[in-house]
Amino acid sequence: MGKPQKKRSLADKVRKTKTSTEIKNNPFEVKINRKKFDILGRKTKHDVGLPGVSRSKAITKRKETLLKEYKQKNKSNKLIDRRFGEYDTKMAPEDKILQRFAMERQRTHEKKDMYNLNEEEELTHYGQSLAEIEKFNDAVNSDDESEEKGLLSAELTASHFGGGGGLLRKKTSGDQQEEEGSQRAKSRQELIEELIQKSKQEKRERQVQKEEAQELTEKLDQEWKSIQALMVKKTPKAERVDTPEEKPKLEEYDMMVRELGFEMKAQPSEKMKTPEELAREEREKLQKLEADRLRRMMGDEVGDSTQSQIHISADDLNDGFILDKDDKKTLSYQDGKWNIGEELEEDKDEEEGESGEEEESDAEEDGEDGEEDDQEEEEEEEEGGNSEEEEEDGHSDLDSEQESENEEGEQEDEEISAQPKKSLTKEEMKAQQEAAKAELPYTFAAPESFSDLKDLLHGHTPDNQRLIVARTQKCNHPSLAVGNKLKLQKLFGFLLEYVGELATRSPPELTTVDKLIPELYGLCQMFPQAACQAMQSVLADAGHSMEEVVEVKGHAGFPTLDMLVYLKVTALLFPTSDFRHPVTTPALLYISQILTKCPVKSLQDLTSGLVLCCLAVEYVSFSKRFLPELINFLSGTLHLAVQDKSSLGYTVVPPFRSSGKYSDLLVLSTSESCKSWSKKSLPLSATQHLELNSDLDRDNHRLMCLSTCLDLVKRCCLLYKDLTSFKHIFQPIKTLLSKHLSAQTLPEPLQELHSQILESISGAPLTCIPLVFEKKKPIPLKLFTPKIVEVLDYGKKRGSSREEKERERLKHKYKKEFKGALREIRKDSRFLASEKLNEVMNRDAERKRKVKELFGSLATQEGEWKALKRKKRK
Amino acid sequence: MAPAKRRNVSSVKTTEQSVKTAKIDLNSTVERILESRKNANDVFDIFEILQSEKEKEVVSAVNACNKLFCTLLERKELFVGNLPGEEEGLSGKYSAEEKYRMFMRHRYNSCVEMLLEHLSHELHDVKESALCCLIKFAAGEGQHPLEDLDWSEHYSFPRELIQAVVDRLLSQTTDNSLLISRFQEFLEMEDLRYYVMSSIRNHVGKVMDKNKGAVHPLYQNNVFTLMSNINMPSQESELTNFMVKQEGKHEDWKAAKLSEHKRIFERMWLGFLKYKLPSGMYKKILVILHDSILPYMSKPTLMIDFLTAAYDVGGAISLLALNGLFVLIHQHNLDYPDFYKKLYNLLEPSVFHVKYRARFFHLANVFLSSSHLPVYLVAAFAKRLARLALTAPPTALLIVLPFIYNLIRRHPSCRVLIHRPSAEDVTEPLEDPYLMDEEDPAQCCALESSLWEIKTLQKHYHPDVAKAAMLINTPLPQQEDDIDEALETTPFELMERDLKQSQIKSVPLEFETATQLLKGGGDVLGQHFCLV
Repeated sequence: MGKPQKKRSLADKVRKTKTSTEIKNNPFEVKINRKKFDILGRKTKHDVGLPGVSRSKAITKRKETLLKEYKQKNKSNKLIDRRFGEYDTKMAPEDKILQRFAMERQRTHEKKDMYNLNEEEELTHYGQSLAEIEKFNDAVNSDDESEEKGLLSAELTASHFGGGGGLLRKKTSGDQQEEEGSQRAKSRQELIEELIQKSKQEKRERQVQKEEAQELTEKLDQEWKSIQALMVKKTPKAERVDTPEEKPKLEEYDMMVRELGFEMKAQPSEKMKTPEELAREEREKLQKLEADRLRRMMGDEVGDSTQSQIHISADDLNDGFILDKDDKKTLSYQDGKWNIGEELEEDKDEEEGESGEEEESDAEEDGEDGEEDDQEEEEEEEEGGNSEEEEEDGHSDLDSEQESENEEGEQEDEEISAQPKKSLTKEEMKAQQEAAKAELPYTFAAPESFSDLKDLLHGHTPDNQRLIVARTQKCNHPSLAVGNKLKLQKLFGFLLEYVGELATRSPPELTTVDKLIPELYGLCQMFPQAACQAMQSVLADAGHSMEEVVEVKGHAGFPTLDMLVYLKVTALLFPTSDFRHPVTTPALLYISQILTKCPVKSLQDLTSGLVLCCLAVEYVSFSKRFLPELINFLSGTLHLAVQDKSSLGYTVVPPFRSSGKYSDLLVLSTSESCKSWSKKSLPLSATQHLELNSDLDRDNHRLMCLSTCLDLVKRCCLLYKDLTSFKHIFQPIKTLLSKHLSAQTLPEPLQELHSQILESISGAPLTCIPLVFEKKKPIPLKLFTPKIVEVLDYGKKRGSSREEKERERLKHKYKKEFKGALREIRKDSRFLASEKLNEVMNRDAERKRKVKELFGSLATQEGEWKALKRKKRK
Repeated sequence: MAPAKRRNVSSVKTTEQSVKTAKIDLNSTVERILESRKNANDVFDIFEILQSEKEKEVVSAVNACNKLFCTLLERKELFVGNLPGEEEGLSGKYSAEEKYRMFMRHRYNSCVEMLLEHLSHELHDVKESALCCLIKFAAGEGQHPLEDLDWSEHYSFPRELIQAVVDRLLSQTTDNSLLISRFQEFLEMEDLRYYVMSSIRNHVGKVMDKNKGAVHPLYQNNVFTLMSNINMPSQESELTNFMVKQEGKHEDWKAAKLSEHKRIFERMWLGFLKYKLPSGMYKKILVILHDSILPYMSKPTLMIDFLTAAYDVGGAISLLALNGLFVLIHQHNLDYPDFYKKLYNLLEPSVFHVKYRARFFHLANVFLSSSHLPVYLVAAFAKRLARLALTAPPTALLIVLPFIYNLIRRHPSCRVLIHRPSAEDVTEPLEDPYLMDEEDPAQCCALESSLWEIKTLQKHYHPDVAKAAMLINTPLPQQEDDIDEALETTPFELMERDLKQSQIKSVPLEFETATQLLKGGGDVLGQHFCLV
């Protein structure tokens, strides 16, 4: 056992004498780990191992730690090293030394005579006393070397680089030797001495020069300081102007340089597009949008079927024409372009809006520049002040005043709104002021609540209201500040509410609504989600309240004008042709609900109903969807005009009744009113309030309704003529028109419509072909194309969640550590065992040696005794 | 107290005081009367207040009467048996004790009279307290009968009093529904209910005979309210809550037998229904008929006449009568000729718009679930429903379409309606052979037709309906659709489906720029209407 230990220790000894490169190159030291596969691009750490090195390292480490502990075992005494920082592993050895040195010094210092005040500490540099160095000024500085370079005199080179120069010099020296033979022996030694002396002298001179220069500069500095103080006192402003100006200039320059450095090389710009090209692009874009609309109209199934193709066979032609889905973004950009004409203005607004201070300083500068237009300047200030005020107040003051004066008359109101709040004493300014005031301010704070918006818009003409909203929108463009997006989203809701409110006023201010439509559209394009939610909440409220009424009464009243306007606005903002749309589908459902649940009780109701029918026709005009309620309502309306309701060949669908209180609503009072009647548009306000004083007026209104109804019927005929059950759908209308509502009783234009409708109904072709299931495509045979699974991360376990992966990793780590620890413990115990054995053996050997010694001494004693005995015998 | 405050706020204090004093007076008077017979004449003071104008006082007087006579009844201080006339009693040779009793009995009778009159008082509070008081009297009389019990089979119950109360409740001039709903809580008592039912029957018979069977909406409404408020027990063991406990042979008492209850209940209803009813009444009765009348009748088949009559009325009434008929057909073996023909003729456009749509379709689903129906009949139903679907709102369509699909699934030979492979080569369009006006489903040629209407509905504006209609393009799946869920869908729920769903997806927008309110979408609105 002792042998290998010895060997190893020997090997260690050998190893220690060798350098690491030697070991690494020694083939007996290196163990190469065999790899199963060679993988390109993989870096391996453990392909080569040095088992001997690591073993010897481990053994030395054990000797340092374990062995020491072992030897300390069962010992009560301990050696404690009290040197400073001996057991502090955190301290760097240099620090330790420094600290110890400092403490040492302190200790020596303390030991000195405490009353000796003049005792100075001796300072040293490189172990030499500084005091001594000061005495000879020619002490070699470390930085002298740097100054020495470049001073390559012939002698110096000659003396330093003997080599080649020596030969050459020998020649010269040989010459010299001939000339001054006596000096020869001395020459070399002296020369060197001389050289050194010279160089030292030069050095000293240089140092003096340097010192002088330094002194001079110091003097100059001091002088400068005294002058500087004077200069500061005298022209502070100029300097202040100068200094900041200089800096920006420098920065500007720097920036320029940098810009030039980083500037991209000139690149070929895109070709200017010809008008034809532009038109073509526009057309293409529209075509794309149209195709998209059609796709949506076809509904989800189509989209699903294309998307749900999961497995594509290898011999799939892949020729399915799939349209790009994303059109929304391009739309919003288009919106940006749509605004482009007014962007200039917007910029101006921004500038004005952003900083009032700038304006002020500008004004000041103006004042300094030209004093002749003093008045103008004042005016400007006034204006600025006013505009600022307006910005801050959000027009509330102005408007409250207006509101109070509102009662006096609308005509005045306009004028007052144009008047300034503060009346100025100077008359000449008044005119200009008014002109300035009449123009709307360019910036508006976004309204925080509905009442804010109302205040903002109150008292302005419809056009101005639109302008205000547009400017508010621009001032708060989402790109300008963070919160603006939310503000504008809210603005849409408020605007919608405002539109509703305008419609509920009496008389309804629909022209204003009309003007606000583009703004609503613009906002909607910007924030589709918010617009959708706002509209949905309006519809949900309306639907819910109607549901409640229907539940209680069984029927409901027609909605007010604001709801009609909302429905129309919905159609303007959202596509009505989509198969399923979060806004338009509920809206259409709501319309149909009204048309089925609201009984017609007056001419107003009927007008509302006809407006809704118009809307319904608009909703389905593109998609040609079938709306049964529309037909029901129209036939019901026609039924109202039938005079003799005794024998009906058709059934009337609720909410209409075949006979009852309101079933004669459209029957003319006199047949003569037909002659005087001429078609003109009905106002939308007729849905709320009708002033029909005479029978003639009433008849005229009736005929208007009838003509609208007939026109809608005609449109429906055209819309639905492709439906398979076209005939059955229009059966009641046909019987109504042909048997009960003869053309003779109608005015001329209506007679025409009448005949057209009948023609189109009876002229419809038969379309009933017996129904057959769609022919199914034969299911193709399963092809055994390989299933290709994309693998992105090699060598990692896949298909588990993050936590599971972490768990796995930790488990693995634990296992590794556990094994490592076991191994270490085993090695430790082996090491200890060997140490113990070593100890025992050593002890045994000692004993043996001692026994031998004893035996030896005994033997010699014995020998001596025997010898003595022999001597005695002799 | 509270009503006083509400009624005349200005004089709250005075009335309160007067009420308080009156109350104290009344209480003390009652106590005085009960204390000694000397003060018996104070009863007239109470009666005076009882007839006063002030509501509060009347109510307190009623309470006082209640207390007084209930105590007297308990003490048996009222004359029992045939009461002689007032004068006769006083002059006759009775003892003082008897005279007193007679006097009190007379007062009691007059008090009852007054209370009965108060039942038709214009103020509800008075009515209510009078009613409560009378019921208390009835309970007291039941316990301590005022009639002589001279034969053992007699069961004591104040029939006359109850009859009088019922007579007043079923007023011919005022709507007593409030009072009747108060009365309902007394009807929990089994014996009271039993006698009330027989009283109603008597009264209805009397009044309607007098009117010669003419419709009397107010009266009939009162009767209906009272009758519909009667909750019948469903088991004999539930008969526990009695107002009057009979001492002997309680089990033999008619009021304690469920079969008797059922019999009188049946007779009461039949007696009511045999007269002509106002049209609104029919609906009301038919709505409750199947679950609160038919199960409690001893012979439900007696309702057949009424139901068939109602079924023939047409419209919503017929739809409602279906339910009762169904119970009779299903549980009582009623054989109804031409039932399906009539059902077929019930199908009209209004079916989809009436309130009872869900009930109707539920029943129709049950009727048509039989697999033994002839194919022509099922086809006729399917076709007719499809034709009617052309006028139906989306909620109804979501019921009708699965309904039709279920019919076709149950009767595979109806598949020709949506799939006619023999006609695959026919390319010429033809007229629909189905005859909508034919009343007989056997003659309407539905089997020769196809469901083109569903094809049309594939273009319906509502996506759910359109999707449902798309199903006929391919063979229908085997599993039947459950229409019960769709039955109760309201239009608003349908709306909410879209309103809630959208939050995740992006919202498509109209790309045509909107400039004016009336522009866009084919310009229909702009052509007919202007802004101002």
